[in-house]
Amino acid sequence: MRAVITVVGKDRTGIIAKVSTYLAEKEINILDISQTIMQDLFTMMMLVDTKDSGVQAKELSDALKALGEEMGLSINMQHEELFSSMHRV
Amino acid sequence: MLNRNDILETIKMIEEEHLDIRTVTMGISLLSCAGSDADEVCEKVYQKITKAAKDLVPVAEEISVRYGIPIINKRISVTPASLVMRSDKPEDYVKLAKALDRAALDTGVNFIGGFSALVHKGMTKSEEAMISSIPEALAVTERVCSSVNVGTTKAGINMDAVAMMGRIVKETAERTKDRDGFGCAKLVVFCNSVEDNPFMAGAYHGVGEAEYIINVGVSGPGVVKCALEKVKGEDFEVVAETIKKTAFKITRMGQLVAREASKRLGVPFGIVDLSLAPTPAVGDSVAHILEEMGLEQCGTHGTTAALALLNDAVKKGGIMASSFVGGLSGAFIPVSEDAGMIDAARAGTLSLDKLEAMTCVCSVGLDMICIPGDTTAETVAAIIADEAAIGMINQKTTAVRVIPAPGKKVGDTVEFGGLLGTGPVMAVNNKKSTDFIARGGRIPAPVHSFKN
Repeated sequence: MRAVITVVGKDRTGIIAKVSTYLAEKEINILDISQTIMQDLFTMMMLVDTKDSGVQAKELSDALKALGEEMGLSINMQHEELFSSMHRV
Repeated sequence: MLNRNDILETIKMIEEEHLDIRTVTMGISLLSCAGSDADEVCEKVYQKITKAAKDLVPVAEEISVRYGIPIINKRISVTPASLVMRSDKPEDYVKLAKALDRAALDTGVNFIGGFSALVHKGMTKSEEAMISSIPEALAVTERVCSSVNVGTTKAGINMDAVAMMGRIVKETAERTKDRDGFGCAKLVVFCNSVEDNPFMAGAYHGVGEAEYIINVGVSGPGVVKCALEKVKGEDFEVVAETIKKTAFKITRMGQLVAREASKRLGVPFGIVDLSLAPTPAVGDSVAHILEEMGLEQCGTHGTTAALALLNDAVKKGGIMASSFVGGLSGAFIPVSEDAGMIDAARAGTLSLDKLEAMTCVCSVGLDMICIPGDTTAETVAAIIADEAAIGMINQKTTAVRVIPAPGKKVGDTVEFGGLLGTGPVMAVNNKKSTDFIARGGRIPAPVHSFKN
């Protein structure tokens, strides 16, 4: 599936490195990535494709959340359809 | 790529503003199980439900992970029990309720609705027996929800059924007095009930429905409140537009989940019910939306107008967002489930009379209201009659779910826990309606023209 991964929290070094290393290990391809500082918060969004990854969505989502907690950040993964259906007519 | 702000807005709605899918409800027709041998019917009912809904809970959980949206409840609604079993013995219906309860437990759903009867014009022997069994059935089961329709705009109000429901509500409270009359929280008396409502306690699978169906209920009072915080002081045009746009987004999410659930379960998609259903959690209150519009506390003058605007704007946004909107869509005002309503009732700002006025413009009726334990059956019946009259005349669904909490008096508090919350006991009028209820018969259907 094509999913959006969002990482929000206090900025520090190595956030992108950690998240993308994890994704590479799990054979998850990054299609698009953008990162900025919004209202003092580090905000990163990635569009990823999980079709080559053997990992189940639940496991992936839990692992990303745990990785986020480890770094004091909030990491979410949601199917891309959610955003397009909510925000596009 | 998707718009960054849109993505962040969605995440904020889910993480901070309590946006969720309140329920994925599977409707199951039990007409194929109908019969008059209680044991045989119960076995068929149990088999059919557990087979049809075996994947409901796991599929809902998968969808919840896929989209990162909490799906709070998984539920089942079935054909009204009085149509499934033909019997004049209440104990047969208690058996049926137990079979439904077992099926709910084994499929992992938290409630099953449809221990119901539609008696708005008259009552068959089966319906009379089924209704008589309600107090026992709700006392001996955990997950079964019951509803009775006593009036419609086309048929008028069956006042014999209203009088009977007054007694049944009292008896249900009495049978569950060790839990402050908790049984009444699972019992709704309707006028103009709908066949595809996914919300409890009033859900049932109407006879006009397909064999199986998936209905989804979306919520999100917190999201609407937060959206309104950004337009402080603006006029009502802006308020209405803001609510409409928010309702649109919320409903789209419901539609997405409903379609996905329907596809995975191989069951047709029925409707999305966009109802602002509050929970006792802070930041998930309908009363606080009304207060955000500029009222010092919910229940004061202006509350009915604020609620009318909210209810209508929610529908307008929702209708555009989903191919099929149904159920009760609008705003719920269950007192014990809404932190703002609880405070308003405690402070004396919100009275039963004001709530009755609010039900003229909200999506349902007098909901989750604790009243003194010594309220008579006739007074409960008269409360039901008033509500049914509002529904009948205004061509809308109205309902009564009151809890005459045994031994409690005005000012006491009843703790239900969980989503059902905390109910301050509210005052009822102490003048009698006994002779009015004793008349019986039917209130004729109203004229449909001359609307002024």
